[in-house]
Amino acid sequence: MQHLWLIPAFPLAGFLVNGIAGRRLPKPLVNTFAVGSVLLAFLWVLKVLAGLQPLEAAYTERYFTWIQSGFVNVGFDFMVDRLTAVMLLVVTGIGLLIHIYSIGYMAHEDGYSRFFAYLNLFMFFMLVLVLAANYLVLFIGWEGVGLCSYLLIGFYYLKKSATDAGKKAFVVNRVGDLGFSLGMFVTMLTFGSLDFATVFGKAQAEGAALNPQTITLICLLLLVGATGKSAQVPLYVWLPDAMEGPTPVSALIHAATMVTAGVYMVARSAPLYNLSPTALEVVAIVGLITAVMAATIGMTQYDIKKVFAYSTVSQLGYMFLGLGVGAYSAGVFHIMTHAFFKALLFLGAGSVIHALSGEQDLRMMGGLRSKIPVTFTVLLAAAVAIAGVPPFSGFHSKDAILLAAHAHAPWMFWVGVVTAAMTAFYVFRAIFLCFFGTYRGDAHPHESPLVMTLPLGVLALLSLAGGYFNVPHYLAPLFGGEHAPHDETLVAISVAAGLAGIGLSWLFYVAAPSLPERISSALGGVYRLVYNKYFVDEAYDALIVHPLRDGSRALLWGVMDARIVDGAVNGAGALARSIGSGLRMWQSGYIRRYAAWVVLGSAALVAVAAFWGGAR
Amino acid sequence: MSENLLSIVLFTPLAGLLVLLFLPRENTKLIRWWANLTAAAGFLASLPLLLRFDRAADGYQFVEKREWIPSLGVSYFIGIDGISLLLVMLTTAMGLIAIFYSWDVIRTREKEYYAMFLLQQTGMIGVFVSLDFLLFYVFWELVLVPMYFIIGVWGGPRKLYAAIKFFLYTLAGGVLMLLGILTLYFQYAAQYGRYTFEITELMKLNLPLGMQQWVFWAFFLGFAIKVPMFPFHTWLPDAHTEAPTAGSVILAAVLLKMGTYGFIRFSLPLLPRASADQTIVTVLIVLSLIGILYGALVSLMQQDWKKLVAYSSVSHLGFCTLGIFALNEAGIAGSVIQQLNHGISTGMLFLIVGVIYERRHTRMIAEYGGLAHVMPNYAIVFAFAMLSSAGLPLLNGFVGEFTILQGAFQASKWWAALAVPGVVFGAAYLLWLYQRTMLGEVTNEKNKGLPDLSWREWAVFVPLMIWALTIGVYPKPYFEILEKPVAQIVHRVHQTSTAVAQADGTAREAISR
Repeated sequence: MQHLWLIPAFPLAGFLVNGIAGRRLPKPLVNTFAVGSVLLAFLWVLKVLAGLQPLEAAYTERYFTWIQSGFVNVGFDFMVDRLTAVMLLVVTGIGLLIHIYSIGYMAHEDGYSRFFAYLNLFMFFMLVLVLAANYLVLFIGWEGVGLCSYLLIGFYYLKKSATDAGKKAFVVNRVGDLGFSLGMFVTMLTFGSLDFATVFGKAQAEGAALNPQTITLICLLLLVGATGKSAQVPLYVWLPDAMEGPTPVSALIHAATMVTAGVYMVARSAPLYNLSPTALEVVAIVGLITAVMAATIGMTQYDIKKVFAYSTVSQLGYMFLGLGVGAYSAGVFHIMTHAFFKALLFLGAGSVIHALSGEQDLRMMGGLRSKIPVTFTVLLAAAVAIAGVPPFSGFHSKDAILLAAHAHAPWMFWVGVVTAAMTAFYVFRAIFLCFFGTYRGDAHPHESPLVMTLPLGVLALLSLAGGYFNVPHYLAPLFGGEHAPHDETLVAISVAAGLAGIGLSWLFYVAAPSLPERISSALGGVYRLVYNKYFVDEAYDALIVHPLRDGSRALLWGVMDARIVDGAVNGAGALARSIGSGLRMWQSGYIRRYAAWVVLGSAALVAVAAFWGGAR
Repeated sequence: MSENLLSIVLFTPLAGLLVLLFLPRENTKLIRWWANLTAAAGFLASLPLLLRFDRAADGYQFVEKREWIPSLGVSYFIGIDGISLLLVMLTTAMGLIAIFYSWDVIRTREKEYYAMFLLQQTGMIGVFVSLDFLLFYVFWELVLVPMYFIIGVWGGPRKLYAAIKFFLYTLAGGVLMLLGILTLYFQYAAQYGRYTFEITELMKLNLPLGMQQWVFWAFFLGFAIKVPMFPFHTWLPDAHTEAPTAGSVILAAVLLKMGTYGFIRFSLPLLPRASADQTIVTVLIVLSLIGILYGALVSLMQQDWKKLVAYSSVSHLGFCTLGIFALNEAGIAGSVIQQLNHGISTGMLFLIVGVIYERRHTRMIAEYGGLAHVMPNYAIVFAFAMLSSAGLPLLNGFVGEFTILQGAFQASKWWAALAVPGVVFGAAYLLWLYQRTMLGEVTNEKNKGLPDLSWREWAVFVPLMIWALTIGVYPKPYFEILEKPVAQIVHRVHQTSTAVAQADGTAREAISR
């Protein structure tokens, strides 16, 4: 018994302590419980993994029957295999660093203990999600992280935009969950279980005997859930708005961990997806569309967090591309490296924002290189990692995906390469606008305290060197013999694309700063379309939100309830009154009169029934 | 003592009421104390039911049977199975909570108020324990009277309209139901040569499908109005909105369950062929689906906090009836659990409206905003209730919703697929309500300086929160309690409807056990 339950139990305890008593505790104690609980979870993960090596088969712990009725039987079970192991290390490791960073970042905010309570609760649900041994327990974590995301996006609850964004995230995710739920129902009907081992075991054993359409249906429904949680087309719209939350939240939840849950879930369901080439193709195409679309938007935004948010959407698209072309381990590899460099980008951005007392607009930055050198250095590390510059971490995982894409369909490789160039462009655009040129704002920039820069340093090391954790090799036994052929030419092409992106960015924002203006005005309508994020939010409002809201008000409540149903009821009453207008007793309005009529009426009915009943 | 346990549970509130009538009306403190003591005694008396209940046994337990009106074949015949057990526990628990909550709130005509509540308790328990159809009907109609007065006397500005609407609506349904009962009664007499209202006997009836259908629709009106199912729901928002808080709590938590219980206890087992009839099932499911979506969409539009919660009930009860007419184990067990859940979650939501209404005397959402800043504990409790109602996993609502939908899905993929959007809307209207009332800056001067929860209010919420959490995390005991009776009902419906041709003889033998 490895006591896997302790892993989520530590942060849950932290949540309970800080949630109940945090308001009355001094800050150092709040920190101790919040960070300490995550540290314990991290250490327990290490202990468990050390005890389970080499972890060739999944290790399961069953606790109790959760839901049982008819043919439905779902246990509260946890399991660990190599995929879980990677996720556990990423979640607790990055989570720990971000908790430490938050001590500095949130030091002067109201609701300090509330923030850490939510953050711990998030860790609890995220760990339940990755430890789950069946879809329904996974769904607990899935909904739970959604809740925490809602709470933390709306953390500054006095701001309407923040609470709007939180609500949007929750509702959009619920739309995705609709697909997830239906997927579970079909799985339950098809396999008689939601247990991973049972479902995948049957899927592999019966393979061809199963109805391929049913499998495709399950996979597509699960994918709908994944597009909600992992911000893919068409449900990505909540993630950019989610940047209303405090920056550590953006780093932890909306970059490194929660948003990768969809990728994780699809990778976890690999045995099902392997049976449905159609579903895999859809996964790849959704990923590609998302990657390209979000990257183009990222190139036009001026809010530093929005740039990185669209970058996250785009990178998640990359991961889906990896899954879709069957390179599950490459997709998971990219979850990890992305967690390193994207958490760093956000935390670095947070450090910039912190230094500038809340400024997020890139146009109000510039020349900060010398003023906050540590932040500059670590952000540069993250930038080269995401741009795919060898030998840094992003290079390894991105190339694993692109090579697999080429093996699957060359055009996907080329689209991916173009996206890589755009990625390098927008990240360095942010770096150049922020750190080069002259300072355009009027704050007094100051470097962040050690408690913030230390986690940044660790993440910078991971971003640079993290590509040498050979995740694909570690996961190979799990996902079968997938290995894309190594092709020097293709690697060179994608690296060149990244470098070209960086070069263009240099040209645009350092060498010839007037160029972007000229190009954007030359592009005119196209630029405005992209700058306004293709008007997707507006389209959703016009096509879904407004019709639902106005339709319900006018038609359902106004007409249906008030006029038709109540009209009929009141009309029947009025009719009865007018018929009985000669008989004053009908109009008495006294309940005892009505009661008398009931008795009389009942008696009459009894008589009728007696006659009728007896006559048969 | 043990053999009369169920009668003790049933009549404790009534006995308390009799004593209450002799208490001096000026001594309001004594009256309040007595009402609370009686309610607490009623709850404590019901606990042994839970402890001694045998989950593995078939049929009814704690059965008591005495002659009442022998010439008409009416008997005092009571007993419970797992389904009634849970609803009786819900009644005694919510009754205590509602009466306890009223302590500071009701300051006019306390004596009559508590008398009505105690009378209502006995009536509701009676509905859930009666095994004699006429006895059931007596309790069914008995419940109507106290609720009419609770709304009409202690209610809000439009209380008379709401009370009369409530009364006439449910009365109309009740009368038709009586007609259905009498049909069964006379049919039994025609077939067996003696008169009885015992449902165990009436189950032996072998009715042609046409007559089953006729009786089904008669029952349907009575039950569907009570639930309420679309389109019979329009009494509900008015009644809920005008009723005093404790009245709304009981109305939502228990009274509505009389309708769903009626379907499970009477319609399904007594009229199995009609219940499985394709047309009837389709109509019932379609009405449930409309209720789910319609209730949720209309909730989205409400300006009145309490009306919003009331319409959300229509949506939640739609899930309950959907589960019942999935006609399988998961659907029906999920439905009963969801009935409990609705009692707990919506009970909490009504109490939450009550707490703020006592402070500000308005229910308009626009009057509020930023309350989380002024009343942080209240905000936490509200958030908890909201999540429990919206079906967050590990809280109660999820367990019921999931099981119902899985059952519905087993019955028909399309039904479940159409019901699932209700879950999305459920999140939307509650989150929006929460945002408009609790979040943001305090914009209304009158809301500054509102006191946070009192100890009494905490005492009301904490047990409900714990209950919601335990059902969410460990619902197994509930599923175990429900397993036998639900399986029996499902078996009966399916067996009878598939073995139509050879309905008498052997089949009937098996059924009547």
